[in-house]
Amino acid sequence: MLEIRHLRKSFGPLVAVDDVSFAVERGRLVGLLGPNGAGKTTTVSMIAGLLTPDRGDVLVGGARLAGDTDPKKRRIGLVPQDLALYDEMSARANLRFFGALYGLSGAALDKAIASALDLVGLADRIHDRVSSYSGGMKRRLNLAAGLLHDPDILLLDEPTVGVDPQSRNAIFDNLELLKSRGKALLYTTHYMEEVERLADRIVVVDHGRVIADDTLAGLQSRVAGVGGGRATLETVFLTLTGRSLRD
Amino acid sequence: MALIPLAAMVRKDLQLFFSDRRSVIVSFVVPIAIASFFGSIFSGPGNNAEPARIAVSIVDHDSSAISKAIVAAADADKNFRLTRPDEAGARDAVKRGRTSAAVIIPQGFGDAAGNAFFGSGEKPALDIVYDPSRSIEVAMVRGILTQHVMEAVSREMFGGEQGKKLIAQTLPQLASSTMPAEQKRALIDMLASIQKLYDQPPAPGAAPPRRGITVPYTVREEAMTAGSNIAYNGYAHSFGGMAIQFLLFAMANAGIEMLLERQRGLWKRLRSAPVSRLTLLAGKGVSGTLISLMILLVSFAFAIIVFGVRIHGSIAGFLSIAIACSMMAAAFGLLVAAVGGTPATARGVTTLAVLMMVMLGGAWVPTFIFPAWLQQLTMIVPVRWAVDGLDAMTWRGIGLSGAVVPTLVLLGFAAAFAALAAARFRWEER
Repeated sequence: MLEIRHLRKSFGPLVAVDDVSFAVERGRLVGLLGPNGAGKTTTVSMIAGLLTPDRGDVLVGGARLAGDTDPKKRRIGLVPQDLALYDEMSARANLRFFGALYGLSGAALDKAIASALDLVGLADRIHDRVSSYSGGMKRRLNLAAGLLHDPDILLLDEPTVGVDPQSRNAIFDNLELLKSRGKALLYTTHYMEEVERLADRIVVVDHGRVIADDTLAGLQSRVAGVGGGRATLETVFLTLTGRSLRD
Repeated sequence: MALIPLAAMVRKDLQLFFSDRRSVIVSFVVPIAIASFFGSIFSGPGNNAEPARIAVSIVDHDSSAISKAIVAAADADKNFRLTRPDEAGARDAVKRGRTSAAVIIPQGFGDAAGNAFFGSGEKPALDIVYDPSRSIEVAMVRGILTQHVMEAVSREMFGGEQGKKLIAQTLPQLASSTMPAEQKRALIDMLASIQKLYDQPPAPGAAPPRRGITVPYTVREEAMTAGSNIAYNGYAHSFGGMAIQFLLFAMANAGIEMLLERQRGLWKRLRSAPVSRLTLLAGKGVSGTLISLMILLVSFAFAIIVFGVRIHGSIAGFLSIAIACSMMAAAFGLLVAAVGGTPATARGVTTLAVLMMVMLGGAWVPTFIFPAWLQQLTMIVPVRWAVDGLDAMTWRGIGLSGAVVPTLVLLGFAAAFAALAAARFRWEER
């Protein structure tokens, strides 16, 4: 569904992403892991069309994504790390606006809003201003905004930052459901347990390069666990990326 | 350009603008309040009202016929609000800013002025103590006083008792003076003729002839407004100026809001959608133009209803200037978003930029009070064209032709600002 081929992006002398390639299949969730500054967000930004790659391609359903108005962008939904919502407007007004950006209007838009809010459990707060929402509710609405136009591919950039366990669990349930509906999900996070629970495949990047692309079991088989048991993902991650602090 | 996203962007921006009560008050109520204040100052007295008088005090140490005549004339002058304190009180009133000037007539002023009138005596000094912060009023006091002194002295010299006495004293002195003989003869002849004139009785039943020097003309003033029966309405200028100032502030704020939207990650959503850059900028431009136009039209509607401002020129011309001005302001907002850096730095810089534009553009005070070089320089300020254009369509009563150049210039500024904004806008989101 989503294929990344040899992506490269530099900012002046800094090479943020260098020759990154991986793929996300239908009904699968790929966890994109890496320390701070590893190139995760830059990679997601290039896939979403926020940044133009210096080199390489993003393929959606086998076709190369090109330009701001490429209709294939409709097949991608972005859930950014920031709570990208208008606090001064209601949930409905926010979703009406974001839906219209994808050409949705009238009854189709209303149906999409109802469906997205229903999925994230906010249907009863549809008319409330976002400023009155809790942090967890805002995170769920952030997810709903990315899902509104029913994309085939969902890019989730640390979607559970600052969320209480209940909301986090609700988001996980939503993602499981989306997977079961055949969506391809790319998920970046610093929380190893989230990836352990959700990911079918894990891509680890560091210094802008892919250093591992495997299943959880495959990664665990590379590193010996404590007392000869199975290594945790965190142990695997620290083994692959090192223990030096990243800023 | 995709219409659904464009309309959604415009609707969303209008919704956000009107949901912020403070920005609505600042954009609509504050300009009306300030324009009302400025309008009341710059409107002048109108057709029937009394003009504002200059506060002046006079101290007469002389008490001669001439000094009394000067005081009486000043007291009757409609330009002055005259008081008669003692000298210490007069000086204190100027020092405290209660009067613009104090005129002190020294002892012997009348006699000395009479002698000097025919060129034979030393000119006496008339002391004027003035408030240096009110130099324009002091210049008026000086000019008006010159007229009253000349009239009082000449009237007395050509018919008053003091004049007769002075001529009677001067004639014998002239005979023994060292003046050249020819000049002496001419002066004696002139004074003798004046003496003869004093002695002639007026014709039976006729009023005594008016003597002395008077201003040899009267002034017929005609204010060049939209029509002969239409008084200048200063509210037209003040409402135009203030509305432009606050729509520029509103648009600068809209630009800063775009920077805040970027900080909050909202531009990531906008840019990830299949919407062109042109649509994104046009959406902002259209919403900015509509908000600016509303500010301008609401301000003028208030001025029309409450202060009787009228569009004496062309309504189509007025609307074309209003729309072009609104487009210019909206494009200015885009420019702020494009080159503003962070919201904090943009706020400081744009406040300064807007204040400079409105000050140099004549939105606060008319540009004619600027030095000539500055008047020329302000032609590069878009506000100048907007203010002059709106003045032309309102109280000056100039037709549609008077709107063409301001409209085109404002559209030119709008295009230049928008092009620069598009070129400098940061499209990549990290």
